[in-house]
Amino acid sequence: MRAVGELLITVGLLVALFLAYQLWITDLFQARSQSRLHDRLAASWQAPPAQPPAKPSRPPPAVRPNPAVGQGFAVLHIPRLGEDYAPVIVEGVGETQLEEGPGHYPGTAMPGETGNFVVSGHRTTYGKPFNRLDELRPGDPVVVEVADRYYVYRMTRSEVVAPDRIDVTDPVPEHAGVTPTAAVMTMTTCHPKYSAKSRLIVFASLDRTVMKTPGAGVPFASGEA
Amino acid sequence: MYGWIYRHLPGPTPVRVLLALLLAAAVVALLLFVVFPAVEPWAPLNDVTIRS
Repeated sequence: MRAVGELLITVGLLVALFLAYQLWITDLFQARSQSRLHDRLAASWQAPPAQPPAKPSRPPPAVRPNPAVGQGFAVLHIPRLGEDYAPVIVEGVGETQLEEGPGHYPGTAMPGETGNFVVSGHRTTYGKPFNRLDELRPGDPVVVEVADRYYVYRMTRSEVVAPDRIDVTDPVPEHAGVTPTAAVMTMTTCHPKYSAKSRLIVFASLDRTVMKTPGAGVPFASGEA
Repeated sequence: MYGWIYRHLPGPTPVRVLLALLLAAAVVALLLFVVFPAVEPWAPLNDVTIRS
């Protein structure tokens, strides 16, 4: 009887510890990864431009990032989720990549590109970057920062779909085989929270591009639309 | 089980308490850094992507 009691207590402690691990301790691992990713990205972005623009009238063409899997290449800013919200987006959506930050689906468009820039992120574990994705409202800015500019997307709509609805990642979301003419962004996370039953999908479309200028911060960072 | 382990720890009471705490810490560390990362792909909290 005593042994059974001890066994049950042990199982209870194990489950409690596993939940604490998933809900809080993985946040610490992710915070360390993000801090490392931020440092690397800052270092690579500091590289001086090839030729300083003689006439800053026309912005230079965008350089398409070509990140290796696991490498950070952009920073996501969603003013609705707070001024400090700035996770580094990494290339790849494997377990290892998503444990470090929101992950970009290889093969989908890059930030600002015509097509669909698709990013997945954890909802309740590993820093919970997409925990509050359901709070976004149509028109909310979703800013993707790359080396020399900000791509300002605006949230258009959201929906909850089955986990196998791969068509939300199509170049024109939910229209397989159609050639894209616009730059859009799709974010996916699990739904409801703490469940793998469905996926929450948030769509946004590119509103404008803002070149980085010294002294200027993230567009709309203070929350004004 | 816990009683059996405690009885088999050597030394006077303070040493035993210390050893018991160290043992518990070692088990927790093993779970957090080895066991849980290995089993978490089966937890329903981490499926965020769309796959066909």
